[in-house]
Amino acid sequence: MRMSEILIKNANVCDPAQGINCETMDLCIRDGKIVESVSESAEVIDAAGRLTMAGGFDGHTHSAGKINVGRFMNPNDARRTLVPGLSGPEARTEKTRAQVGYNTPNTYAIGYRYAKLGYTTICEAAIPMLAARHTHEEFKEIPILDKMGLSLFGSNWQVMEYVRDKEPEKLAAYVAWGLKASRGYGVKIVNAGGGEAWGWGKNVSGLYDPVPNFDVTPAEILMGLVEANEKLQLPHSVHVHCNNLGKPGNYETTIETMKMFEKVKPTVDRQALHVTHVQFNAYAGTSWRDFETGAPMVADYLNGANHLTFDLGQVIFGPAVTMTADGPVEYANSRMLHEKWSNQDIELEDASGVVPLSYSPKSFINAVQWAIGIELALLVEDPWKIMFTTDSPNGGSFVNYPEAFTYLMSAKKREQVISGFGKMALDRMVLPGLDRELSFYELAIMTRSMQSKMYSRPEKGNLKVGSDADVAIYDIITSDIDPSVEHEKVKQAFSGAAYTLKDGNVVVKDGKIEATPMGRTYWVNAKVPADIDSAMNKDTDIKFKKYYTVSKSNYMVEDSYLPNPVEIRTEGAF
Amino acid sequence: MPVIKDAVCSLCGSLCDDITVTVEDNKITKIENACILGHSKFVGMFEHDRIETPMIRKDGELVPVPYEEAIEAAAKILVNSRRTLSYGWCSTSCEAIGKAIQLAEETGALIDSTANVCHGPSALAAQEKGAPGASLGEIKNRADVIVFWGCNPVHAHPRHMSRYSSFSKGFFSTKGRKGRKMVVIDVRKTDTAKLADKYVEIEQGSDLLLITALRSAVNGHEDVIPETVAGISKEEIMELAETLKNAQFSCIFFGMGVTQSRSKYKNGDGVSSLISDLNQHSKSVMIGMRGHYNVTGFGQVATWETGFPMAIDFARGFPYYNPGETGANNVLVREEADAAMISAADPGAHFPQKAVRHLAKIPVIQIDPYANPTTEIADVVIPAAVVGIEAEGTAYRMDAIPLRMKKLIDTEFKTDEQITKDLIAKVRELKEGA
Ligand code: SF4
Ligand SMILES: [Zn+2]
Repeated sequence: MRMSEILIKNANVCDPAQGINCETMDLCIRDGKIVESVSESAEVIDAAGRLTMAGGFDGHTHSAGKINVGRFMNPNDARRTLVPGLSGPEARTEKTRAQVGYNTPNTYAIGYRYAKLGYTTICEAAIPMLAARHTHEEFKEIPILDKMGLSLFGSNWQVMEYVRDKEPEKLAAYVAWGLKASRGYGVKIVNAGGGEAWGWGKNVSGLYDPVPNFDVTPAEILMGLVEANEKLQLPHSVHVHCNNLGKPGNYETTIETMKMFEKVKPTVDRQALHVTHVQFNAYAGTSWRDFETGAPMVADYLNGANHLTFDLGQVIFGPAVTMTADGPVEYANSRMLHEKWSNQDIELEDASGVVPLSYSPKSFINAVQWAIGIELALLVEDPWKIMFTTDSPNGGSFVNYPEAFTYLMSAKKREQVISGFGKMALDRMVLPGLDRELSFYELAIMTRSMQSKMYSRPEKGNLKVGSDADVAIYDIITSDIDPSVEHEKVKQAFSGAAYTLKDGNVVVKDGKIEATPMGRTYWVNAKVPADIDSAMNKDTDIKFKKYYTVSKSNYMVEDSYLPNPVEIRTEGAF
Repeated sequence: MPVIKDAVCSLCGSLCDDITVTVEDNKITKIENACILGHSKFVGMFEHDRIETPMIRKDGELVPVPYEEAIEAAAKILVNSRRTLSYGWCSTSCEAIGKAIQLAEETGALIDSTANVCHGPSALAAQEKGAPGASLGEIKNRADVIVFWGCNPVHAHPRHMSRYSSFSKGFFSTKGRKGRKMVVIDVRKTDTAKLADKYVEIEQGSDLLLITALRSAVNGHEDVIPETVAGISKEEIMELAETLKNAQFSCIFFGMGVTQSRSKYKNGDGVSSLISDLNQHSKSVMIGMRGHYNVTGFGQVATWETGFPMAIDFARGFPYYNPGETGANNVLVREEADAAMISAADPGAHFPQKAVRHLAKIPVIQIDPYANPTTEIADVVIPAAVVGIEAEGTAYRMDAIPLRMKKLIDTEFKTDEQITKDLIAKVRELKEGA
């Protein structure tokens, strides 16, 4: 690598990992890393006192793989220009490929637009292992960003059989093998057992409802997989999409699920559990008629718990596309909303579905959903437990993050939105009574700092010496702005970074793409004792011989699909 | 003597990945597991009309030229063209498709796949109603009712029934064919129909009527169904609806008989709605029987690179899609295209006369391992390696499962991927010089 030095002068640094809260200082970069000092010849960027953070890290987004079904079904999305500068068609330039889209942008637009927001790392939330090559093919075409993905294990036959047969070591070996085969970074569990039930057009109704034909419960699957996850010392905890998503009253299942993990002892210094898009799982009431927020109950539990992290799944008003491995939920959505429906069940592994929809402030249900995400962010005291997401594009496209930040930072902005709601909606939420407004520091925690620990990537999400020189400079002078009042300014600034640096390269300047280097792909290679590994392989051999339609050798994603891989090895505690 | 196991057959959309190939002296001497079609592809490679060398038409005759000269001539055509049509790209790797799209983007061309003349309407149907599908192993392991509608796998996808559908055995389908009901809906009693438990003969072009009647029956509105629909008695329709409703897991495989018959995408749209309705009663999915081995891959790559699965017009610098206006066929019929690049396709065989006549008038670049009627009208011919035999790369099976095709033998021929890369570089060079 060529020796390159950059000095960012007068940066107003907000770096919660170091406890630095908007202090003006210089940042030094050499060869893509943050360093103590640089030589006289370093290139100088004058931050002019503007807000400077580590590059953003979206730890749960649907940006490669299943999103293609969304694009395919909704060609109209390509032309949507709802967020100026961050959506719709843009012709190719000398530096950039042609771009389209809003909820489901093409791969190039995903890279450029995240970078414009000052984000430099994303984690694809669902890799169906049999189709993992597809995820990596799209990764290859997403410029700038570093990428990782979570592999789906929650309705996998081999997993369920090992759980049922009480074979925790072989289960761990299988998880390690699956991550290697799919080049995944962590374990995703979507509606545990529900994907298999959906193979017969059914669902599971909760943690203790047995999966048809497999004689295991969702609770057992979750506990089996977390044991494997910790045995393998994976950098990320299990990443759980709870059962009963999208159903009134589901907050109870959510809390029950969270409680189950209290006894788990993580083998890595991070949470024992990540619960995703909790907005969709914090519903009270017994039907859509008496539906109301369950956020206070969930937040109450979270405030007393220290073993887990969660993300919001914030709703954005306007068109969205739901896409999830929760097959039965998508079918139900399409029937309820009379919307088009795509489905893709994956043999022996999981289900999935895609349904477009639109969130309207006029719908009391949508209004309450919108409020729940914000309520969770405001009611949970410790921002280190919270990752900001819209579960893009399920709750809305990531290009709306700047808008959503203002919901968290400005009570006035919230009032503006809330003033459009009907009385019924207001009765079912607690948001109007909340006056907490998050600071830049808290926002930085939720958008980059907590991800560093959550994914055990110490070189990401902070500006410590030795970390990746992924830096975002926003056109905000923190001492001169009152985000509570000047929320529009805040939104503008976060919508197009003054600078985004990726590994020390200026990739965005004044909100425009400057360079498009190729990012890395992280994947985990977990060590398993050879005897356990070969015993497990005998079992999977049978699966391939008898049930899969693809041979085992062709299942493994080849090196050529990861042009810039970073292999994370773990030792395992067997 | 190298024996290569688990090779992928790059002929039809079944993409069987269990082929064993023996190679001696860089020749394939033995092929195991492939069907007759696949087999003839693996061996036929040496027998069919390979294009042996790059050629340029001079004074009406195609004359051999060095590769670089052909690339330069092709690039010149592209640079001088105001509206190039790039067409085909379904019998090559996703890697090559990606580069072809980039080339189209950089030259402001219009790019379309052979879906334009086969399963294109299924994409339109998915845009209307979605596509509720499953991977083929779901059918193998679970399905107890299988419907082939307007397709004839016995001839078009010979191993489909044994590997994935009618005859396959799986976890819940231990009895294989015996535990399954097989229904064929077609306009004539095909060889597939002869194997069915139930053959439903439908009047030509009346698929949509039958779909609509089935939906009525499934949704409990039998009163609105006339005594005969599409040449089929109401009784038979009710019986078919019951079969589907009472299935544990049913799959409707549909072919070009459905997508290319009258009502086109409305048929696919109807099947999708029928599947949604059936799921009120039991599990049901649909899968298109895609012909060219990587027509699915073109749709995938095009969708992630441009947002659209086919018929993509880069004239304005960004992708624009309006099937019916921006289809390959359309720009030829309107005599808009002023140059064409054709990859592994024979538009002459499928396009209307008017389109073919126009094609004959404009400069044509052909990239193909084999000579075909397009060669007769081509001005620049660039021979390519056969993907899946002489070149590796990704292809998507009809159920959108991606597989890596292997390189089995060495070749002097350039790969499509290399050719498209070289064209991009040459076009850039010419543009910079200009
Ligand atoms: S069924 Fe298709 S893919 Fe399989 S061997 Fe025959 S031609 Fe090849
Ligand atoms: Zn998600």
